[in-house]
Amino acid sequence: MGLQEVWFTLVAVLFVGYFVLEGFDFGVGMLFPVLGRTDDRRRVLLNTIGPVWDGNEVWVITAGGALFAAFPDWYATLFSGFYLALLLILVTLILRICAIEWRGKIDDPIWRKRCDLGIMIGSWVPAVLWGVAFANIVRGVAINENKQVTSGFFALLNPYALLGGATTAIVFALHGAVFLALKTSGEVRTDSVKVAFRLSIPAVVVAGSFVLWTQLAYGKSWTWLLVAVAAAALLAVVALTKVEREGWAFVFTTVAVIGAVALLFSSLYPNLMPSSTNEAYNLTIYNASSSPYTLKVMTWAAAFMTPVVLVYQGWTYWVFRQRISVAQIPPSIGLPLKQG
Amino acid sequence: MDVLDISRWQFGITTVYHFVLVPLTIGLAPILAVMQTMWVITKKDHWYRLTKFFGKLFLINFALGVATGIVQEFQFGMNWSEYSRFVGDVFGAPLALEGLVAFFLESTFLGLWIFGWDRLPKLVHLATIWLVAIGVNASAFFIIAANSFMQHPVGARYNPERGRAELTSIWELLTNNTALAAFPHVVAGALLTAGTFVAGVAGWWMVRSMRQAKAAAEPEVAAEHETTARTMFRPAAVLGMWLILASGIALAITGDVQGKLMFEQQPMKMASAESLCHTETGADFSILTVGTQNNCDSITQLIKIPGVTSFLAKNDVHATVEGVTELQARYEKLYGPGNYKPNLFVTYWTFRAMIGWAIGSGLLALAGLWLTRRGRVPDNRWFGWLSILAIPTPFLGNSAGWVFTEMGRQPWVVAPNPTGVAQIRLLVSQGVSDHPSSTVIISLVTFTLLYAALGVVWFVLIRRYVIAGPLEHDAHPPGPDSGGGPADPDQPKQLSFAY
Repeated sequence: MGLQEVWFTLVAVLFVGYFVLEGFDFGVGMLFPVLGRTDDRRRVLLNTIGPVWDGNEVWVITAGGALFAAFPDWYATLFSGFYLALLLILVTLILRICAIEWRGKIDDPIWRKRCDLGIMIGSWVPAVLWGVAFANIVRGVAINENKQVTSGFFALLNPYALLGGATTAIVFALHGAVFLALKTSGEVRTDSVKVAFRLSIPAVVVAGSFVLWTQLAYGKSWTWLLVAVAAAALLAVVALTKVEREGWAFVFTTVAVIGAVALLFSSLYPNLMPSSTNEAYNLTIYNASSSPYTLKVMTWAAAFMTPVVLVYQGWTYWVFRQRISVAQIPPSIGLPLKQG
Repeated sequence: MDVLDISRWQFGITTVYHFVLVPLTIGLAPILAVMQTMWVITKKDHWYRLTKFFGKLFLINFALGVATGIVQEFQFGMNWSEYSRFVGDVFGAPLALEGLVAFFLESTFLGLWIFGWDRLPKLVHLATIWLVAIGVNASAFFIIAANSFMQHPVGARYNPERGRAELTSIWELLTNNTALAAFPHVVAGALLTAGTFVAGVAGWWMVRSMRQAKAAAEPEVAAEHETTARTMFRPAAVLGMWLILASGIALAITGDVQGKLMFEQQPMKMASAESLCHTETGADFSILTVGTQNNCDSITQLIKIPGVTSFLAKNDVHATVEGVTELQARYEKLYGPGNYKPNLFVTYWTFRAMIGWAIGSGLLALAGLWLTRRGRVPDNRWFGWLSILAIPTPFLGNSAGWVFTEMGRQPWVVAPNPTGVAQIRLLVSQGVSDHPSSTVIISLVTFTLLYAALGVVWFVLIRRYVIAGPLEHDAHPPGPDSGGGPADPDQPKQLSFAY
């Protein structure tokens, strides 16, 4: 395996990390209207991800940096080519970050309602758009001889990509519901398991069609294995949420996310962004990569730092392993909006 | 406006905005770590209260810093894709390292710090805030190493086949003398900002508490206010003031080192900053000029200090310093026809604003240290005002400094240097993404409106929490008996902190 393959794999690993971790963060935010009927319950939901969501988000920032360092042409073509879609993702992520951090700072129902709206928008929009974006990467967009994407924003909204967006949305919502079942107790847990079960069946249908489409249109013969893994994992989630085994269900939603992302990247290989206009203009891991020296330096850095990051992030989850219920939510210590 | 100008405005707005927030984060994180360390060592509740009080302000600020930081990671590719292709092999490495080494560290351990007060042993919890402080400062180092490549490209070679810069030595890139000079300068600026913030907020509260003590009818209430002023706000204010002095001196020294380096590496930037239109021997330092904007020949220098520009450049009042006109002629020979002059008006005034705004922090520190000498606790109303008014000044100075250093690099995005790799150079106009103007206008307007709205909320929150002061809720550290919630032992304990 050459260094370009190593870095293609590492980029895939970073996005797997991002979608597994931020996937349930998004899911939690997406389920605010369903599982967070009262303010106390919304605070339970929010505090399951409270200590970890920011660390989870760094996965995408590092993925962006890794793309820049290892495949500068991919970074340049993708980010300039998907400009408006990325703008939407950025804007909604910004809203979400501020809404999460600032929600409890002011003790006022309207303030909280606005923040909840920010959290929901900031969870739904990126959850859909990441799927749309990745489906389009696999499908190919119009790239010209100067490595420029010539198709606009609306060309991204094709049926395959929309199905991709629906897939990430429903899978993240399911992943989030299972995560909530695992991290809460009492009523919130019971409701989360129920919601997870109800989501799992349409998730099998939507995500199943998407991975099948991906396999038939863009897959390689061996990637049938990944299709099988993703589909089997989701089916297992149906059964496990039915019998309320949320721990195992979480393992399998995680496997499903890993399988699906692995399928997308494997279908892509050795391309990074196929061109729909001319195969000669495809961005590949060979013509878009950095020099061997840069790849070597970055490989050493990743080899040393990634395990360290995994250990301390893993430790964080261990520290906050306790389930949360409404009874454990302390009274709000936010200040009233106006000075009293 | 064409797409280049719109893209530059967007980059300028999003980056300067981000860098209003970041210095406070970089400087306040170590101050919080020191405050919490003082609490752990002395076991005095007021250090705990100060940690919690400034910790809340830190978090309000941190959120917006993180949010606007994501844009930074993506917008090189979005708006400066041709720049990204040209330098990605070199410039991407420090950005990726920043994520791997710094961002993971600060974000993960900040989560542990916020939620871990009663979950972690005291010393482990203390370690988390120190790791946050290390993380934010490490991120500053990597991004400055990346920026320094644009100012002074080293550690790379030009690959004519691929038409791009390629990394040849990560060590040379990370020990770029430009970065080694700029990093301490930026950190000193961040400490000045946070020092001023802490001194300003605590100073204002010190005066306020003393006046409340005076106004109180009952002697017990008066004594309580005075104790708060003396034992809590005074030490915090004094800590901030000494930090202002220390970081102020560090700023002057590192600024001087960096300035001399810039006279060598980007003489055009410095000549423009001094509005030195023609080469002079024993060049004067101008304090005030008038003229039509950005036109060398129209400038009249009103106040000058003899020889200082030469001294700043080369430690010698009689040295010869090249002027803008001569440099322009030299660059035309080297790089072909074109305008190689940065905006004279902007560089001249931002350079002076950067230095000039330090007066706010300086006045606060000197007045404050005088008023608090030998255990005094002042109640002068004017000092309360000075405390508040000084707070924004280092923020303005930081912004001016970055605008200066980046505008002074124009028209280059990667500036060719006598000591850099000569073939590695790129004009800003060559780096921009090929978008229709309308596309970038959409994002420019979106970011500007969103940032403006969030900036208002940020200000309201900071102001609200400063005025509220340390909360009653945080008066005492969570002990084994202060779990709160129902006394029933079967009931799980309430969280010590929840969103």
